[in-house]
Amino acid sequence: MMRFMLLFSRQGKLRLQKWYLATSDKDKKKMVRELMQVVLARKPKMCSFLEWRDLKVVYKRYASLYFCCAIEEQDNELITLELIHRYVELLDKYFGSVCELDIIFNFEKAYFILDEFLMGGEVQDTSKKSVLKAIEQADLLQEEDESPRSVLEEMGLA
Amino acid sequence: MPAVSKGDGMRGLAVFISDIRNCKSKEAEIKRINKELANIRSKFKGDKALDGYSKKKYVCKLLFIFLLGHDIDFGHMEAVNLLSSNKYTEKQIGYLFISVLVNSNSELIRLINNAIKNDLASRNPTFMCLALHCIANVGSREMAEAFASEIPRILVAGDTMDSVKQSAALCLLRLYKTSPDLVPMGEWTSRVVHLLNDQHMGVVTAAVSLIACLCKKNPDDFKTCVSLAVSRLSRIVSSASTDLQDYTYYFVPAPWLSVKLLRLLQCYPPPEDAAVKGRLVECLETILNKAQEPPKSKKVQHSNAKNAILFEAISLIIHYDSEPNLLVRACNQLGQFLQHRETNLRYLALESMCTLASSEFSHEAVKTHIETVINALKTERDVSVRQRAADLLYAMCDRTNAKQIVSEMLSYLETADYSIREEIVLKVAILAEKYAVDYSWYVDTILNLIRIAGDYVSEEVWYRVIQIVINRDDVQGYAAKTVFEALQAPACHENMVKVGGYILGEFGNLIAGDPRSSPLVQFNLLHSKFHLCSVSTRALLLSTYIKFINLFPETKGTIQEVLRSDSQIRNADVELQQRAVEYLKLSSIASTDVLATVLEEMPPFPERESSILAKLKKKKGPGAGSELDDGKKDPNSEINGGMEPSASTASTPSPSADLLGLRAAPVATSSAPATAGNLLVDVFSDSPSATTGLVPGAEENFLSSGAAASVSEDPALPIAEADELLNKFVCKNNGVLFENQLLQIGVKSEFRQNLGRMYLFYGNKTSVQFQSFTPTVSYPGDLQSQLNIQTKTVEPLVEGGAQVQQVLNIECLSDFTEAPLINIKFRYGGTLQNLTLKLPITVNKFFQATEMQSQDFFQRWKQLSLPQQEAQKIFKANHAMDSEVTKAKLLGFGSALLEKVDPNPDNYVGAGIIQTKALQVGCLLRLEPNAQAQMYRLTLRTSKESVSKHLCELLSQQF
Repeated sequence: MMRFMLLFSRQGKLRLQKWYLATSDKDKKKMVRELMQVVLARKPKMCSFLEWRDLKVVYKRYASLYFCCAIEEQDNELITLELIHRYVELLDKYFGSVCELDIIFNFEKAYFILDEFLMGGEVQDTSKKSVLKAIEQADLLQEEDESPRSVLEEMGLA
Repeated sequence: MPAVSKGDGMRGLAVFISDIRNCKSKEAEIKRINKELANIRSKFKGDKALDGYSKKKYVCKLLFIFLLGHDIDFGHMEAVNLLSSNKYTEKQIGYLFISVLVNSNSELIRLINNAIKNDLASRNPTFMCLALHCIANVGSREMAEAFASEIPRILVAGDTMDSVKQSAALCLLRLYKTSPDLVPMGEWTSRVVHLLNDQHMGVVTAAVSLIACLCKKNPDDFKTCVSLAVSRLSRIVSSASTDLQDYTYYFVPAPWLSVKLLRLLQCYPPPEDAAVKGRLVECLETILNKAQEPPKSKKVQHSNAKNAILFEAISLIIHYDSEPNLLVRACNQLGQFLQHRETNLRYLALESMCTLASSEFSHEAVKTHIETVINALKTERDVSVRQRAADLLYAMCDRTNAKQIVSEMLSYLETADYSIREEIVLKVAILAEKYAVDYSWYVDTILNLIRIAGDYVSEEVWYRVIQIVINRDDVQGYAAKTVFEALQAPACHENMVKVGGYILGEFGNLIAGDPRSSPLVQFNLLHSKFHLCSVSTRALLLSTYIKFINLFPETKGTIQEVLRSDSQIRNADVELQQRAVEYLKLSSIASTDVLATVLEEMPPFPERESSILAKLKKKKGPGAGSELDDGKKDPNSEINGGMEPSASTASTPSPSADLLGLRAAPVATSSAPATAGNLLVDVFSDSPSATTGLVPGAEENFLSSGAAASVSEDPALPIAEADELLNKFVCKNNGVLFENQLLQIGVKSEFRQNLGRMYLFYGNKTSVQFQSFTPTVSYPGDLQSQLNIQTKTVEPLVEGGAQVQQVLNIECLSDFTEAPLINIKFRYGGTLQNLTLKLPITVNKFFQATEMQSQDFFQRWKQLSLPQQEAQKIFKANHAMDSEVTKAKLLGFGSALLEKVDPNPDNYVGAGIIQTKALQVGCLLRLEPNAQAQMYRLTLRTSKESVSKHLCELLSQQF
């Protein structure tokens, strides 16, 4: 089972965090800081896996973003590496050549896509089509829901 | 604002995010956030009822603020309201907020549960999935109480949509993990097993995870899953690469499902049914065969997915441990991977082979790869891979290759990474003991360990060597001779002095016949180390001295004189003073017979588990070292007889207070401040209590147990913030390097050419004295040969509120990339404090600014045009793009700022020479800001590749 997944930038800014086991905020912050430091210090071409505390960490860098998963002792590292890749593909397909800014500005979408893909730290569905279908359906519903609004209204000035 | 908001979204949110990103400082960000929080609060409180859209937007903003790391204490109610909206996106945001920020507020949980209940009953699949996700995300006990019985019904109901089934399966799994007692087993379980036959691959994928967890507690209830899993696996493995359509991943059919099925099978023993077993073996063979086929794609995703299945299959083969043919094939396959060009595969092969080494069928096959593994230990560039190689060597070690493996590990130790030294030391110590063919080899090995990596030799290790020498009389003479020789070295590690002192005190008589190691020579040798040692070692040496008086009456006069000297008998340390007083009295009052009885040779230690093994296990967690102590490999190899791990391990609760401590639990002589008279009575009253004096007393136990927790983990690793702190000093020389509640460390430094001087100011912020205050500089990696730092020692006592100063003289020998470390140890109250920081010495400190004209600059720029001479980085501005600040930083960095060189006046250009003793490195730099994009491009050209890269790295973090 995956314990958590983190997305962070080369500069050490956390972009997305998903925890599959209840963890206190204090511990989360500590773990994030510690792990980010470990991963950022590693050189390119190094192995994508490392032992960290009692967990195995699998990470991969895509452009400016690091995708980093912590899995348990008996979990499979390589399939986790591809799980990261599949998630990147999903983001890419949804946003159309995804970049860090997409994830910053649409963090809620990044969470929704991840939720469709993984649940409780286990893979829910590996088919790109099924996952994206679910998300796109939601977008369709959203467009039906909402009539366009004026900019002023949006900014709370209307 | 970038037009990145997908699908129209919430403009207000995008504007807000963009504002936050444009904040020039942390303060500005907090100000902006507080403004927004006030705005949202007033909206939520306002009389005007908010529409769903606004509520959604504000809740989403709150979520964003929370994810930035700020606390959120309101908005939960509005989020809960969103749950009952009938608009999907509003509901979705509401659930997301609850999932991320759930609060154990019972009132709220009741409302949330209500909303979830409604959604589960809605028969709208998308709503149901949202509700299930929320349950899985929160996963609390309250939720389990409310829904654990409902979800199995949804999971197996005939009319449930596939997507809902998937979510229900994983949701149930999550609840089962948090509260297994609340999930009722029943008729549904057999129907869950049959989901393995489901047509929808997504449903099967989700169901396997659930079954693999449930079957661990109730293996019999789920037994039928074995044959179903085998047939499913067999269908996948034999399918063509395109059969499974969207479930094929880079030409690999259903890799996730395959891995999960193989994992599920590892919950059971090999199938009993011959047909099922035959089919499974066939699958495993097919998977092994496929590894030899040419890849269907060059993409790494293809080979990763394929190998993920292969590694899982190998795990299953190892788990069964009953098919010699498959085991050997697995081993050969891993052997191929050991030399693969992909680091990841080498890492996994080493890891997987470790488990293979413990199987009797494949142990020999694993051993054939010893040269490759040794080579990996020597040449792998990644420490985590080297660590795996060391683990594997340890696992494959037996009597036939122990000498080779131990000697390779010893030689690796000389250059090993700090992070794994202690572990390697433990491993070497265990292997040397376990496979010692003769004890002289064992003694040599341990003394070598102390010589090479004395700092990492924990107490357990040197306690153990003493224990063994005392218990084996055939090695005592050799041990005495060897430690005597080892102590001749002008600089030997304190641990060597301890072992030497102890062994000579017991067995020095065995070598005293040789005039070169006569009693007096032995004593003088030990005493020459005395003054450099810590209190605990000195205490031990005093015990050695009194033992000498018994062993060699002719040394009595000399030793009594030493004991009588002020530095002993009036030593400020209570323990030392006490020992000196007692031993002096003992030697002058007691008759030879009494002395001989009291100071008799130590009796053999009782049988017990090696505390080193216990320590390694503790370090590596349960399961580590098990290859060794379950003794299935070669019981005859345990030549240490009684010393071997035995069943009675329960008696060693704390390895650090072990061994020597156990025989003689701290006794009155060393622990209680009693009067000298009383103590003497104590000493004479019975001999066992007198022997206690020979054991490092309470003082040492105290030190070891107090320090063990904080020190032993990683003595040389800097604190997490060390890099950040270092970064602050790249462009400045003075400031506060570190501060916590106890200690403040200030820095003032100046550099000229390749020399520098640094003043460190240690301020005690408390009102209590710091004792044994010792800062030590160390050099990670190759730094030793690149940088020379001379330190003046500091007074070991720092009074409360006082500040002490330390001067460091620095010489840069050649260019370097790592920063030197400073370790600060002191005792505050009863506890040992230990802190390691990076010293703010970076290569740019040795910059000499060089002024030059535009023409010269460009000429030199062109001369440095080889690709490896240039390092470039494009990065986002982290601070405001203020040109004055930038100039100041560049000047602080050390280079000259050249005006009117770059045709674009916005750009900055600099030049300088890095001065080192060995060489000078000319550096040119150019920084191009792009205010619109809030980005910089930084280019460094120097005559040395590593310098370009490193300077670029350092400087790019400053803006």
